[in-house]
Amino acid sequence: MDMKRDYYEDIELFKSGTVLVWTIVLLLFLFTLPLYLPSYNIYLMNIILVNVILAVGLNILVGYTGQISLGHAGFFAVGAYGTSIIMMHLHVPFLPAIIIAALIAAFLGFIIGLPALRLEGPYLAIATLGFGLTIMHIIGRWEVFGGRMGITAPPLDLGIPNSSWSFVIKGDVQIYYLILIIAILLVIGARNLMKTRVGRAFMSIRDDDIAAEVMGVNLTIFKTMSFAVSAFYAGIAGGLYGFVVTFFDPFSFNLILSIIFLVMVVVGGLGSVLGAIMGAILITYLQYDLLKNVENLPYIGGVLVAISKQWFTVIGLANFAGIALGIIMIAIVIFEPLGMFGIWIRIKKYWKTWPF
Amino acid sequence: MFEMLLIEGLAIGACYGLFGVAVAIIYKTSDVVNFAQGEMGMLATFVAYHIMTAYGWPFYIALPATLLFAILLGMAIEICILRPAKEPTVLGLLILTLGAEMLLMGLAGWKWGAEQKDFPFLLSVSDTVQIFPGFALNSWTIGVFVLTAVIMVLLFLFFRYSKLGIAMRATQQNENAAKIMGIKVERVFSITWGMSSLIGALAAMFFAARSVLDPNFMMEPFMRAFAAAVLGGLTSIPGVVIGGLILGIIENFFGYAWPEWKPIVAFVVIILIITVRPSGLFSKHYVKKV
Repeated sequence: MDMKRDYYEDIELFKSGTVLVWTIVLLLFLFTLPLYLPSYNIYLMNIILVNVILAVGLNILVGYTGQISLGHAGFFAVGAYGTSIIMMHLHVPFLPAIIIAALIAAFLGFIIGLPALRLEGPYLAIATLGFGLTIMHIIGRWEVFGGRMGITAPPLDLGIPNSSWSFVIKGDVQIYYLILIIAILLVIGARNLMKTRVGRAFMSIRDDDIAAEVMGVNLTIFKTMSFAVSAFYAGIAGGLYGFVVTFFDPFSFNLILSIIFLVMVVVGGLGSVLGAIMGAILITYLQYDLLKNVENLPYIGGVLVAISKQWFTVIGLANFAGIALGIIMIAIVIFEPLGMFGIWIRIKKYWKTWPF
Repeated sequence: MFEMLLIEGLAIGACYGLFGVAVAIIYKTSDVVNFAQGEMGMLATFVAYHIMTAYGWPFYIALPATLLFAILLGMAIEICILRPAKEPTVLGLLILTLGAEMLLMGLAGWKWGAEQKDFPFLLSVSDTVQIFPGFALNSWTIGVFVLTAVIMVLLFLFFRYSKLGIAMRATQQNENAAKIMGIKVERVFSITWGMSSLIGALAAMFFAARSVLDPNFMMEPFMRAFAAAVLGGLTSIPGVVIGGLILGIIENFFGYAWPEWKPIVAFVVIILIITVRPSGLFSKHYVKKV
């Protein structure tokens, strides 16, 4: 359907004038959002944007390079703790701190990418899973990181702290703008990366690593690079997450979080930036809003409470979120392996070729 | 002290190995890594707990009922979740079993709540049984060793001599050829899942007797058991048990020396070993044909 006649058509950011106009409308909408959204929803938007950054990064690894990671909560934790610790103890402004933390995460991604050169499938899953748990435990044991009690994020200072250049960002709305700008930059970055030599190398590894190697793609460099780039995104997302929630402990970065990150990418659609964004929005919304108080849902809520009283326990109804997520995961693999992006493509095709 | 640590490590290692065998049986037959294995065992253990506490039935009735439930649960998951997926990728299979895991964990949490319970089990780690003078073990340890040995022997005989076991091996080697030879591959898969769920439920009850019973209690043991299975090579059943024993010993000795790092030593060892031997210690390295 999308026919490309030359290379420059492939790399251009906006496919047509219509796309450009709608993108501008969307950006205007996003930048004016705090004017008409209640403050809890701004908090939710912040979490969604953080997860969008992470999902886009994870999609580079899982969707484009075809590797598996069950350890992204580890990189996320490195970003969150790294940024806060660097800012607290070294008194570095926010931007260098988050970039240093993300680079540490990227370095760890490179390290875990080394065994990944020889591993695939379940073996890679257990290696990354072990990595994520190791990070969680190291952070939980080390006193610098606040131990099991967790730490509170320092004031988010864009300028130089404790000086006349200090520029502290406070409140959900101001953080929202910061995250929005970073998210837009990183999403465009990921999208453009996929149109370069590096992105094509990633995709060739996903399609067939042996064929890619024969074609001259250096697997060592590009597989580890994919892990590093993905971990960098996770690090940035983690650093921002720390300031959104302001308080975090090592146990929030557990295996379930890694699974949920993977679910975002798979539900959204593997191998597409737009899909990752859609998946992150849907899953985060479900997790933080729709499924948070199931008993208050219209129609379904009453039924569920009745079922709980009859066969289950009302106090355990909070676990319904897990059940719903599980069903979504299973259903998406069975019915729509391309995820939400596949549905979107089908709708687009339907209207483009209508009435045929 | 040394003997105690060694025996304790071997016992917990045998338990990891037993649970790892459950993972390995499924992987051997259908190339699926079952991340829901821990939660399948957890749910079965909860059913046993429910039968014993809510209905007040004795253990020897609860046990067969639970094992029957475990078999049906395994078959149901294969039939309802894995079978409808059309040619899923490795990642797709991973997501399917992870989805089943979240589903089962949510169901158990909904039914029994998150508070920790004591699992009334026949064997316990706190009593001692004199085997011969000067050498005593607790009944849990003896139970684990006996059960692991019995299951290993039964599995060996099953895969070597029974028609079904041979059919399972044939399915693993070449699914299409097995189909042509008249093996109902789909039925073999469901039976495999039932069998694996049964072994997993037995191991899960041992884990529950050792720790506490709550919807999360199989998370950690499952990951250790999976690590043990990967260490042993996922496709060789004796290898998996040996992997479990090695892991149990390493973990116990390391945990004695540096208790605070005990939870992660298993994974560090695993990452190091599979970096050197990507298919585990006891499995022939699989060379991909172009």
